[in-house]
Formats: sequence, C-alpha cells, structure tokens
Amino acid sequence: MSLLPFCEWLAGTSGSIALHESLYMYPLVESSHVLTLCLFVGMSVIWDLRLLGIVLPNVAMSDMSRRIWPLMLIGFILMSISGVLLFYAIPVRSYQSIWFRAKVIMLVAAGLNAWTFHRTVYRTVDTWDTGRPPRRARRAAIASLALWAGIIVAGRMIAYNWFDCDLPQRPFITWAAGCTEKG
Amino acid sequence: MAALDVFQAIEASGVSTAIRESPWAFAVIESIHLLALSLMGGAVLLVDLRILGIGLTARPVRELAGETERWMTTALVVLIVTGIGLFLSEAVKCFYSTPFWVKMTTLSLATIFTYTLRRGVVRKTGTDVGTTTRLVAVVSMALWFTVGAAGRWIGFSG
Repeated sequence: MSLLPFCEWLAGTSGSIALHESLYMYPLVESSHVLTLCLFVGMSVIWDLRLLGIVLPNVAMSDMSRRIWPLMLIGFILMSISGVLLFYAIPVRSYQSIWFRAKVIMLVAAGLNAWTFHRTVYRTVDTWDTGRPPRRARRAAIASLALWAGIIVAGRMIAYNWFDCDLPQRPFITWAAGCTEKG
Repeated sequence: MAALDVFQAIEASGVSTAIRESPWAFAVIESIHLLALSLMGGAVLLVDLRILGIGLTARPVRELAGETERWMTTALVVLIVTGIGLFLSEAVKCFYSTPFWVKMTTLSLATIFTYTLRRGVVRKTGTDVGTTTRLVAVVSMALWFTVGAAGRWIGFSG
C-alpha cells in the first residue's frame, strides 16, 4: 500500500501550497516545532533522568506523573500540530524522505515504549515511588532517551537532500524512500 | 582592521573551510546543537515554570535549581561549542544577519542574567515565591526564548 497518491493529492490542495510558499507562516511553524522541543523533549529528558535515579531523587514518581506529565502532554500536542502542518506543507518530499520514515518508525517505537512502561512496570510504582526505580523502568528510560535523540536528529536531517528521489541513489535508498520512476 | 575583515578571515580559515566543504559536518553539528537545546530548555523550564506555579510546586525552588544546574551548564557549554562551529562555517553570512546579532546580544544577557541574578534568587527561594522571583523567571524565559527564536531565524535569512 502506498500513500503516495494521497500525498500527491495533499500537495495540490490550496492550503498546502499556501503554507509551502508563504514567506512567514512556514518559518513560524518550523520555529514553533523546534522551540517546543524545549518543553516536550526537555521535560521528557527530566522524566527519564528521574527514572534513572540521576536527577530529583527526592521527588516521588507519582508526583512527576501528576506534575510533569501534563507538561509533556501539552508539549506533545504542540509538536504534533506543528509537525502535521510541516508535513502538510511538503507532503510528497517528506513521504519519500528516508529521514522522515526513520522518524515515524522511531516515534511509533517511542510510543510503544511509553505505553509498555505504563502498562507494566509503572503499575507497581507504589513500591518504588521514592526509591530507585527497578531495572525495567531504567531500561525504558534509556530507550526513551535514545529514541527521542534519534527522532530529533532524523527530523533535522529531513531538510537535507542527500537521499532525495530526484538525485541518483543506490538501490537500497530508492527502495527505502519509496522512489518511483517519475521521481 | 574592520569587523568585516575579521569575519572574512574567520570564514577563510582552515576549520571554517573544512566544515563548509564537508557534506555532513554542518548537519551533524546542528543536530548536536538541537539535542543540547532540548536539555537546556528542560532544565531552564523546570525551574522557571515551577516559580510561576506550574510543575513540581511542592518542591522548594532551590532544590530543583540545584538538581538541574549542572545539566543546564553542560547543555549550555555544548550549545556554545557547537554554535561556534556553525558560526565558523558561515561567518560572513552571520555578519550581515540581523537575527545573528540579536541572538549574540540576548545570549550574552541571558547567560550573565542566569549565572548572577537568577542563580542568586533561586538559591534563596524555597516553597514561598515572591514577586521578584516571579519576575526573574519571566525575564529568564523571555531572554532564552529570544535566543532560540533568533537562532532559528539565522537559518531562514540570507
């Protein structure tokens, strides 16, 4: 199943063209996306470092959950809105970007990691609320830190055209980016 | 020697040329710059938002500030080192860029403010937060926001 026809249709809509060609809106959306990193990833990093027992060891995990998680959620919503708008402005090139694809895969992995954490080890938080989190929790924190770092790097790399379909590419890249004969 | 000559000499230097001519260097340095930005943002926001009553409000401000200061400082050092790398590769463009000068000005102000006034105030603040402390938090966030926004805008201009 290819989403290319959908992306091509999206690229032809007037909103997508307007955003893509706008002098200020696109840079503003882009800047919002980048600066919201401070809120979302910044708070996530604090959360993960707390799970590793490195910072704020005196703050209970349930307190982190009540007080920091809402901030992460707000950050995530803002990042998602600006991220969707960025994709909307440049759908076809993004869809055929190996960096964008890597980013989406890592986003899904980060989501699964967080979901698994909450479904399993976090259920027993009462027993380690103020102490050192169990090994599974620390493993989830390391996975989260690595994934978000990867997501940031892959996201930044989307801007570069090294692996674009309109340049000569190795077969693996052509396959991974889903390039077609027309580009 | 005029300022522009200095910037031209920087751009002609070996390190500068090496970064510019490498297909990957700028992108890699930029990515590290962004990773450090996230950490710096988290460390600053945790304390400033707490002062304004958002986040870990049950904890004393000095505890949060003390716990996160080394992370903030590490991130700031990484940001400055990678920032110098980015600047070296396009010094002349920076010379003509208004956002670059806005960023350098607010960066100096924000750094001095953070390590003098803000540090002094947060170290003295427990769970009770006064108006001066709130003002310090607002100024801190406004300054760092301007640094970040102007920084992003260097890439859009010129």
